[in-house]
Amino acid sequence: MIARRRFVLLASCAAASRADATVAEVGALIQALVGDAPLKEGLIHLDLPVMVENGNSVSMTVSVTNPPAPVEAIHVFAEGNPLPQVGVFQFGPRSGAARVSTRMRLATSQTVIAIARLRDGSCWRDSVDLLVTLAACIE
Amino acid sequence: MVRVLINVPKQVRSGEAFEVKVLISHPMESGQRRDSQGQAIPRDIINHFVCTLDGETVLDAALFPAIAANPFLSFSVVAEKSGTLALTFTDDQGVTQTEMAAINVV
Repeated sequence: MIARRRFVLLASCAAASRADATVAEVGALIQALVGDAPLKEGLIHLDLPVMVENGNSVSMTVSVTNPPAPVEAIHVFAEGNPLPQVGVFQFGPRSGAARVSTRMRLATSQTVIAIARLRDGSCWRDSVDLLVTLAACIE
Repeated sequence: MVRVLINVPKQVRSGEAFEVKVLISHPMESGQRRDSQGQAIPRDIINHFVCTLDGETVLDAALFPAIAANPFLSFSVVAEKSGTLALTFTDDQGVTQTEMAAINVV
């Protein structure tokens, strides 16, 4: 019985630290991506609904308007998901505008972050805090 | 082979950006779920998507389990002359599928 209680306690601790790890994980991923370059707000726009009814399919549009240099890539991170990475979108020479729309899963109410890296090395950030009513089923 | 829907304009103007929409029929199993026996359902997602126009890259996307089932992608393309848009995607089994769409520049 005690062994079982200890197991449950350990399991819940592991679950709690797992949920916390993703915020730090996102920080580490962004640090690795941006490096020494300053991370500026603006230029990039992340479009997501603030109130999400169904976390299984959330429409997301991310765009960079009038960039001073061509956009190399846009990275999207979801801090509250068990796996924080959502997508990495690299734009080639035949890309019209640095804009991409997709549908994503959200496990819980959280902050979604988009980072754009331009060819001149500058990095831009936008984020959206959202509320999720029905979480994407992880169980 | 999975079903893919591609939406491109019938005609486009040279040098003017236009929108391409892609919908792929795929469960995008995240690997986070468990079945009724408590066994983890293995991850099965499309992890890479590339769109090229006559060999020149438009969009190269790395996708993760946070992309919803039946992945939808919409992005912008610019063409100077008529050509073929090739959409290639790879799943976790390493299976690659390519779909083509004709671009008519007027």
